[in-house]
Amino acid sequence: MTGEYFTDYTAVLVATIAGAVMVLSGFLAAMVVSPRARSAMKDIPYECGVVPFPGRGWTQTHIRYYLFAILFLVFDVEAVFLFPWAVIFLGPEVASAVFYEMLVFMGILFFGLIYAWKKGVLEWR
Amino acid sequence: MSWTDLGWIVLSVAIFIGFITVVVLALTYAERKLIARVQQRIGPMRTGPFGLLQPVADAIKLLAKEDLTPGRSDKATFWIAPVVVFVPAFVAWVTIPFTRDIAIRNLEFGILFIMAVSGVSVAGVLMAGFGSFNKYAALGGLRAAAQLMSYELPLVVGVLGVVMIAGSMDLRVIVAEQDAVWYIALQPVAFLLFIIAGLAEVMRPPFDIPVAESEVAGGPFIEYSGMHWSMFSLAEYANTFAVAVLAALLFLGGWRGPAPESGWAQDMVQALWLLVKVSGMLAAMFWLRTTIPRLRIDQLMAVAWKGLLPVAFLNVLLTAFYLYYGWPAWTITAMSCGVMGGAVALYYRRRSARRGMPETARVRVERGRVVG
Repeated sequence: MTGEYFTDYTAVLVATIAGAVMVLSGFLAAMVVSPRARSAMKDIPYECGVVPFPGRGWTQTHIRYYLFAILFLVFDVEAVFLFPWAVIFLGPEVASAVFYEMLVFMGILFFGLIYAWKKGVLEWR
Repeated sequence: MSWTDLGWIVLSVAIFIGFITVVVLALTYAERKLIARVQQRIGPMRTGPFGLLQPVADAIKLLAKEDLTPGRSDKATFWIAPVVVFVPAFVAWVTIPFTRDIAIRNLEFGILFIMAVSGVSVAGVLMAGFGSFNKYAALGGLRAAAQLMSYELPLVVGVLGVVMIAGSMDLRVIVAEQDAVWYIALQPVAFLLFIIAGLAEVMRPPFDIPVAESEVAGGPFIEYSGMHWSMFSLAEYANTFAVAVLAALLFLGGWRGPAPESGWAQDMVQALWLLVKVSGMLAAMFWLRTTIPRLRIDQLMAVAWKGLLPVAFLNVLLTAFYLYYGWPAWTITAMSCGVMGGAVALYYRRRSARRGMPETARVRVERGRVVG
């Protein structure tokens, strides 16, 4: 079992390295083949051809991105709990409380979504 | 683990690199041809017979193009971002099986692994956005992050219904469990959720708001050119193909179809069945691109959080009750149809309620600020 597990995730490691090598060799080939001609005009940020608006290249970030990220985190962590539960909750050795407990858990989180909804967090303005 | 295992893994990954390259080239050609037909054009015709060599010509052009790094950009972040986007798209393929026997490596937590890994590419898009030192790129990167995070949830919770019925996260087992009936019949709601959220996850039209050229002029990829840009597009097509294959595996019975009983002929015919189903899914995705206009970003977020997520939770709830109390199979189909009908009815009721109002009444102003 341990051996299998090890082999499985060696495959993941090999694929990660292979993917990175594939991209980097592409970059390398482009470095060899493609022309390079630097100029001051090419270095300015592209804003559809006009001279870029003065100031920083980064804009300020609205708070709503943060709120959505927090909500996402809550529900994604819930998903991590839900997946193991979904696989085992029908098993014969599992108490029936497991089934109802997860429903209560989902209910609490869903109440959280309704709360955020009523508070207007989900409005994009 | 023995050296033979490692040898097989390296060999299959190497074969897969060739496979995915050919698939991406074929997809770009197929998409251009199909869209051309919808728009009553004939598409690429000049390079090779029927323009078949067009993708090769494109690849050579991208290779020979100047790979520009803008002067004020954050060089390291800008340079490495395509790697961060592409590698997850590639690694997710480790566990996707093509027939019962053909996969790089079958993982026990297959579907969860795929969704966890492909979530990493959000970081790459954000890096591209911030590394470019460009306002449009930064805005597009943030939009991409918001969209990918929001649609991750309906995707994950929708797939949960399938995992519950199959009782496993192993993709091979999920296909094996569809012996009697395909899961599209038991989980039509999850299927629709998967298609909608999957399109949004790969940022394809009508969900291509982060890269909308009319709004943010190409979004996070605006400053990229040459090989760096083509890596983003490679990852996009690899992901598109992955969504189509997963939809076929999870809902359309995977490689199931009339095939010989055993031997290599069985594998070949089964792989062909999967290819047929995947081609159908891809054609539908390309078709959607030509016929549905782009959403607005507030509509996009509202669809994810107020529409898809509650429906996904309802679907999981109904599936849980159906399985736990052992109701007959037709009940879950009937309940799913009920959920879909209810959602559509609710949408049209709300829409017609809004329609009744004059245009100006929809905007509410408080303390000199538009609030809704």
